[in-house]
Amino acid sequence: MRVTINGEAREIVATRIDALLNELEYEGSHFAIALNFDVLPKSRWAETHLKAGDEIEIITPRQGG
Amino acid sequence: MVKFYDREFSSRLLIGTALYPSPKIMQDAIRASGSQIVTVSLRRESAGGKTGDAFWSLIRELDVTVLPNTAGCKTVREAVTTAKLARELFGTPWVKLEVIADNDTLQPDVVGLVEAATILIKDGFEVFPYCTDDLGVALRLVDAGCKVVMPWAAPIGSAKGIVNRDGLRLLRDRLPDITLVVDAGLGAPSHAAQALELGYDAVLLNTAIAKADDPVAMANAFRLGVEAGRTAYQAGLMEARDFASPSTPVVGTPFWHAVS
Repeated sequence: MRVTINGEAREIVATRIDALLNELEYEGSHFAIALNFDVLPKSRWAETHLKAGDEIEIITPRQGG
Repeated sequence: MVKFYDREFSSRLLIGTALYPSPKIMQDAIRASGSQIVTVSLRRESAGGKTGDAFWSLIRELDVTVLPNTAGCKTVREAVTTAKLARELFGTPWVKLEVIADNDTLQPDVVGLVEAATILIKDGFEVFPYCTDDLGVALRLVDAGCKVVMPWAAPIGSAKGIVNRDGLRLLRDRLPDITLVVDAGLGAPSHAAQALELGYDAVLLNTAIAKADDPVAMANAFRLGVEAGRTAYQAGLMEARDFASPSTPVVGTPFWHAVS
């Protein structure tokens, strides 16, 4: 299924967020995720189903002023 | 002590975490600054990346309070979503709210800023808005529920210092109960001292320390500048005047009235 991850179109197999992180081999532990401009709390990663066209942002802490 | 919403801090210097030559120098500079609050941002993590984890562990070692920003956001929607991501990621209701109008000057979009602040405060956020020195905008932010307002001294990273001294003074006079922070544009410890002398509660800066030849020494210099400015404000500065007034006593001057 085709979705957008961090602004890039990607073809993915996973149908849920936690599976998607595994599929993309994310290893860190400090992420926040927005699905179609809404924050998706970590507690809902396992239960949230993805659909074609979804826009997913995977965000971590970074230096800032 | 300076109050940010319901929390009190002794340091009046808030410091950014970007642009340092190395992670070690960042940590040492933050420690030298005496800051208790540091700003951080949120960025996309690429697949397999651990950049965020590595940075976050550096910050946690410092035992400081984190103020996440919405840097780079150009719309209300982006800023609101970024703030919510920050709350999820850092577990804090605090957000340094930036909505940027113009890429070259990083001038705040004050219309979008007021709108985003209104939305976020209704949602339980404690908003630190990055704004200009416009009193009308500051009043609207306070009406929206902001208890902290952060006008710029000059554009971000410009090192110009306080460009509109009268404007900043007016904000202080009209908003006596709001925590006011000069955010952005400070280049020298003397600029920070000037902000505190005007009665500002704190300053927030990043580039002037991070891009100094010796960021750790400069962090210490800014700490001292902030302390000097605050102490001077409390001591009560004299008003400027147009004519000289002798400091040495006139009475008893030798040869006084001797020349006819």
